[in-house]
Amino acid sequence: MKYRTLQRHFRESLKSLSRNGWMSVASISAVTVTLLLVGIFALVMMNLNHFADNIENDVEIRVLIDIINEPEKMKAAEDKLIKQVKSLPEVAEVKYSSKEEELKILIENYGEDFSLYEQSNPLRNVLYVKAKDPQQTAELAKKIDKLDNTYDVIYGEEKVKNLFSFLNTGRNIGLVLILGLLFTAIFLIYNTIRITITARRDEIEIMKLVGATSSFVRTPFLFEGLWLGLFGSIIPIFVVSIVYHYVYNHLTPRIKGEMLQLLDVTPLVFQVNFILLALGIFIGVWGSFMSVRKFLRVY
Amino acid sequence: MIHMKEVYKKYPNGVVAVNGISVDINQGEFVYVVGPSGAGKSTFIKLMYREEVPTSGEVIINGINTAQLKRKEVPLFRRHLGVVFQDFKLLPKLTVYENVAFAMEVIEEQPKKIRKRVLEVLELVGLKHKLRMFPNELSGGEQQRVSIARSIVNMPKVVIADEPTGNLDPETSWEIMRIFEQINALGTTVVMATHNREIVNKIRKRVIAIEGGMIVRDVDGGDYGYEI
Repeated sequence: MKYRTLQRHFRESLKSLSRNGWMSVASISAVTVTLLLVGIFALVMMNLNHFADNIENDVEIRVLIDIINEPEKMKAAEDKLIKQVKSLPEVAEVKYSSKEEELKILIENYGEDFSLYEQSNPLRNVLYVKAKDPQQTAELAKKIDKLDNTYDVIYGEEKVKNLFSFLNTGRNIGLVLILGLLFTAIFLIYNTIRITITARRDEIEIMKLVGATSSFVRTPFLFEGLWLGLFGSIIPIFVVSIVYHYVYNHLTPRIKGEMLQLLDVTPLVFQVNFILLALGIFIGVWGSFMSVRKFLRVY
Repeated sequence: MIHMKEVYKKYPNGVVAVNGISVDINQGEFVYVVGPSGAGKSTFIKLMYREEVPTSGEVIINGINTAQLKRKEVPLFRRHLGVVFQDFKLLPKLTVYENVAFAMEVIEEQPKKIRKRVLEVLELVGLKHKLRMFPNELSGGEQQRVSIARSIVNMPKVVIADEPTGNLDPETSWEIMRIFEQINALGTTVVMATHNREIVNKIRKRVIAIEGGMIVRDVDGGDYGYEI
């Protein structure tokens, strides 16, 4: 195809968009409404997922270390243990906390009564271990338990199991909902485009009778689909940006310090907007392609 | 130019629309195709612009055997023909100018040449002053003139017309016929299926009469020959 012809198709598509007036408005509105739903839902789901990640990442393993009476041997044993734990492939982070530090935390949390123990500290030195993938926590805990010089390995087995199964169910439901919504969006937009093109099937027939090749007939329709998607995604993009900005600024000061933090405006809003734009354009072009194809085959 | 040899056309529903037609039409001829409704005129015409392919036999237009054309080659083949329909078949969302220019854009002609040639043919059919109007703003006769302009804009050797005056009043029909005569005078072959008795009897040309899918009469300067 010559560049000149491509330009012609480009011009024709815009012309046709304006001359088909209400049909174009109807299609663009359908795209707008559906993408708006997709956008807002995506914001909510991505934040929920973020909450889940936060909760999961808070899960850590406490490794209580055996007490050996000779301080030097104790030090050597601890160093060896730390080294061994760090070398495990699932481990993301290892933090050492001496029994003195542990007691301080205890006193901070539960009060001065515990300062009695400062005379004779019954606590043990502790390693705090985080898994790369929080879902591997149980497995990792078992591995660490088998190493020498560990007295006990604690990670709240039941609690973690329940939490993870809850979060995973939540994520799966979200995924199903998102897929359902996407499918509905594709179906709705495709149908609207198909109706507009069906109304113009005679035009396709005439073009073919005058000697237009299939690609000559098709290309302006593809451009038109692109415009429908592009123009249809403008309002959702603005709404998503403004609404999330507002919600973020409004809510963040109130939930400061809580575990549940909203995702930052950037890059989230850019990501969602990109998805909306890409989705709009893709469905627009693909919908046009499929609809025109049907009539091109006939003539 | 147009060469048909023992052409049969049987539709999937079993109707035999063309039952063994052999005919030759030469460059520069003006031919009426007449006959009662359902006689096979339309199929005969459709075979020429490859809307239909023969079940058996040969249809050769401008040296091209239509049955051997691949689907992709059909558009290229049609660019060498001009086709005019009873219902005009104009693109409703394009202006008069754009409708005619479309046939040239299809062959990726230079914009400058398109502009010049489109104005030329619109002048020929007398519609230069209405080039910005849309088809629904024109009368039937005017729409048919646009359709004729479009059919000749690429200077085809053959113009095929299927009842071009079928939807028009007598006076307008005469105007349309004058344009066809003009086109024919420039050397273009014109094949026209028609029911218009008056026109056939007045503007005497070769008449091919089809009945029951066969040519029953083929006379130079013949008359319509049917009482309506």
